[in-house]
Parts: sequence; structure tokens; C-alpha cells
Amino acid sequence: MTTKYKPVPREWQLVMDEDTIARAVSRMSFEILEKDRDIKNLAIVGIRTGGEFLGKRLQQEIQRIEGVDVTYGVIDITLYRDDLSSAQSQPTLRGTDLPFRIAGSRIVLVDDVLFTGRTIRSALDAIIDFGRPRRVELAVLCDRGYRELPIQADYVGKVVPCQRSQLVRVRLSEMGYRDGAYLIDREER
Amino acid sequence: MVDHLLGIQGLSKSEIYRYLDTAHSFVEVSERDIKKVPTLRGKTIVNVFFEPSTRTLSSFDIAGKRLSADTINVSIGSSSVKKGETLLDTVRTLESMNPDVLVMRHSESGAPHFASRYLSRTSVVNAGDGAHEHPTQALLDLLTLRQHFATKKRGLEGLRVGFVGDVRHSRVARSSIWAHLTLGNEVRLIGPNTLVPTDFAKGAFGTDSVRVYNDLAKGLEGLDVVVSLRMQLERQEEHYVPNLDEYSKEYCVSERMLAKYAPDSIVIHPGPMNRGTEISGDVADGPRSLIRQQVTNGVAVRMAVLYLLARTVGATEEVGHG
Repeated sequence: MTTKYKPVPREWQLVMDEDTIARAVSRMSFEILEKDRDIKNLAIVGIRTGGEFLGKRLQQEIQRIEGVDVTYGVIDITLYRDDLSSAQSQPTLRGTDLPFRIAGSRIVLVDDVLFTGRTIRSALDAIIDFGRPRRVELAVLCDRGYRELPIQADYVGKVVPCQRSQLVRVRLSEMGYRDGAYLIDREER
Repeated sequence: MVDHLLGIQGLSKSEIYRYLDTAHSFVEVSERDIKKVPTLRGKTIVNVFFEPSTRTLSSFDIAGKRLSADTINVSIGSSSVKKGETLLDTVRTLESMNPDVLVMRHSESGAPHFASRYLSRTSVVNAGDGAHEHPTQALLDLLTLRQHFATKKRGLEGLRVGFVGDVRHSRVARSSIWAHLTLGNEVRLIGPNTLVPTDFAKGAFGTDSVRVYNDLAKGLEGLDVVVSLRMQLERQEEHYVPNLDEYSKEYCVSERMLAKYAPDSIVIHPGPMNRGTEISGDVADGPRSLIRQQVTNGVAVRMAVLYLLARTVGATEEVGHG
């Protein structure tokens, strides 16, 4: 393979490499299947933008294991955020696409990093505006702690111990990088 | 910094695309079972209309409600004006309600600009001022064109656009022309000399690139987009045209003319239409007409405008999210 990846800054500390991420995706897929054998109503929903590609990978892995089609959707939580009035952040709306019936479905929400829990809270609100799912579960690649809401993940790739001020970033080949999760020091503000 | 949307003149290409990209996402919200998102909860939007309007007012009202804002519609008509209240006093009265966004329509050009200079914590949206600008109508026209040309694997640029009819009095035309000039499109103005004076484009837009046609057939030739403009019947006393029958004989956009001179064109109209005067029924209801989509897109565009502006009001430091 001679694929040229975009580089990440040298000071970023690698906490999950390509192989670890692949194994975590595979393990989480088995766990999702193990928890509930009814996969007819299963839908994987990636949260834009961090959970989009990861959700797609989980969906494909589950399809590979089971040999059946699994529904996939993406959700944009921008309109449901609780910090809209912040001038610096100008998130672009990318839209929501849930091409399946929400009512009665088993939804596995997917995000790359679980931190305060506020994104997940927004995502739950957004989903419930479309209908009443039978159950909603949560899969994340990195759980870095420091929750501000009572929200926990059902499937975790890796727990990343860190300080409040540090950042955790996931970079994937779909964005042009070599797969990796990184811990980044940040100046206290 | 509080942002306003006072006109299309002066907006950059990327600002225009930012409104259109955002509106694109709001089209989906209006197709949901629950057509409401909590985005502007707790924000107040005052729609103040000094001129009668049903479509634009209801479109802004629905847009605000779908974003969960509290909307208040104030139709001032002539009552307060008759009582002698100045525009500034009216604006100050409304400001004391502490609105986040003030949507204003006024028969005088520049009234929203004037209001914006006196409001420090309120975004002003121009919903039509005199014969000057009507920016949200221009944006919804662009969104409609963008959706249409996307199906033809084309973008919004490199189009030939012709405005037919009462260009002189049309704030819709003015806003749209600014937009098409910014996008680098070819713009033609088609109509009788009284409604489309030869030197009009040069004076209004400071450019020689806008061509004027007094002959409908010549003007239509090769157009991608025909914008039929409303004949402002209330202005007929001013004798800009000898009579409406004669006008429609020369300038009515009909299927017969389009099939002959601009067979691949599509047609938009800002409404309300005078069927048989500036546009024929077979065009309005025919396959080239995007008029219905314009109305649907109106709500999405206004949601986008309110969303992008309201977030600049009362903006605080960034809050973490994760």
C-alpha cells in the first residue's frame, strides 16, 4: 500500500492505532449482535461528523458477520445544540438522513468521542422528533470521561484516561488520514 | 457583532452560498412529521409590516415557529403613521420588547437600513423595502434554481437569466439581479421602455453587462431562466403602459413564445401572478414552472436567514460540546 495519508501534528499522542481501531470496531459489532438477536429492526445512526464514518464501519462489519443488510442513517444535531449562542463556533448544517421508520426500531447511535454527553443528549432529542424508537443504544470509539449529564455508552472501543483540559481526536482514512485516536495537550484557558 | 440581512447588494458569493447551503438543510425539516426544531427556543422575532402582505408575512411567521422562536406579527398599516409616529419612534417602541430579530417590510426604500442603525441588540431582516430590495425572495429563487439545475448536473453559475416585465418597480428583480451579477451570470432585462429604461441597468447596477431588450422574442432567445415579474396593476394610473391587453400581447410569457425562443428554459415568478397579463396559464401550470417550489423554499430560506442571524444576537463565549 502506497496510500499517502495526511500527517497529524507531531505532538499528538497516539492512543489507538489502525489495528486497535479495527479490533474495537469488530468487537463492538459482535457485542451489538450479542445484546439483541433481533437485527431486523436494527439501525446504525452516525452522529455528524465524527460518528458518520465510524457508524458506516460498524454497519458494514455487522453486515459482513451476519450476511444481511443493516439500515444506516446519519443525524446532524446542530439544530438541537444547547450552545447555539456562541459566535466563535459556526457549525455548518449538513442535514439529517434517517431513511427508515423510527417507531419501533432499535437504534445504535455512534459517535467518535464521548465527553460531556451533551452531543448525545442533543441526538436523543433529534431522534425523538422523528418518532418513538423501541430502544436507543450508544456506541463510541473513545470514552474520555468528564460527563456533564447522566449518559453512558453501551459499547466502548477504549476508555481514554485524560485531563479535563486535554483533547481527544479521532482521525480516519475516510478523512484522508491513517486511522488513529490521539490525545492532545491544550493550553488552559 | 449583530448581523443584518438588508440586501443582496454587497453580499459576497460565499455569503450567498452560506444562506443557500443552510436553507438546503431546512428543506428536510419542513418535510418531517414534526416540523419543528428547538433551535431558537427563547428567541423573539417581531415581524413588523408597514405594507400589507400575506405570503411573505406568513412565510416568515411559519419559519420562526418551526425554529421554536416566539413570533409576533405587527401590522402597522397606516394607523400609527397617521397618528404621526415617526419610524424611529416605532422602531424604539419595538426595541423595548427586546426582540432578537426584527423582520421589516416598508414602502420606503431604506427603512430597514435606517432601523438597523438604531438597534444594537437586534438583527434586522429586510422583507421588502419600496422598490429597493427583497433579499429573501432573491435567495429563495436561487435555491429553487439550484435544486432544478442540480438535476441537470449544472450549478447556479454560467446561467442566462432574463427578467421580463415591470423591472422598474420590482424590488425582487433588483435583489435577484444583484445576486446573478455576483454569481457571474448573464442578465437580461426585457420589457417596454417605460418599465425597462435603456439606461436603467447602468444606473442601478453600475455595469454595462446587463442588456436591455424591448422585444420579447429577441430577449428570450437562448435563456436558461425566465423570471416573469408581476405587473403592478396598482400602478396603472401612472400610465407606464397604454393598457394591459396591449401589454400582454407584447410581453406575456406564454408557452408558444418559450417553445419557440427558449425551449429549454424554466420559469419562476415571485407571485402573486396576474394570469393572462404577464404570464399565461399554460406556463404557470406547465412543466417549466417552478412557482410552487418557490413557495415551499420560501419557508426554508427564511428559516436559514433567521437561524444564521439569531445566533449572532446575544452571542457569548464558546461553550464546550462533546
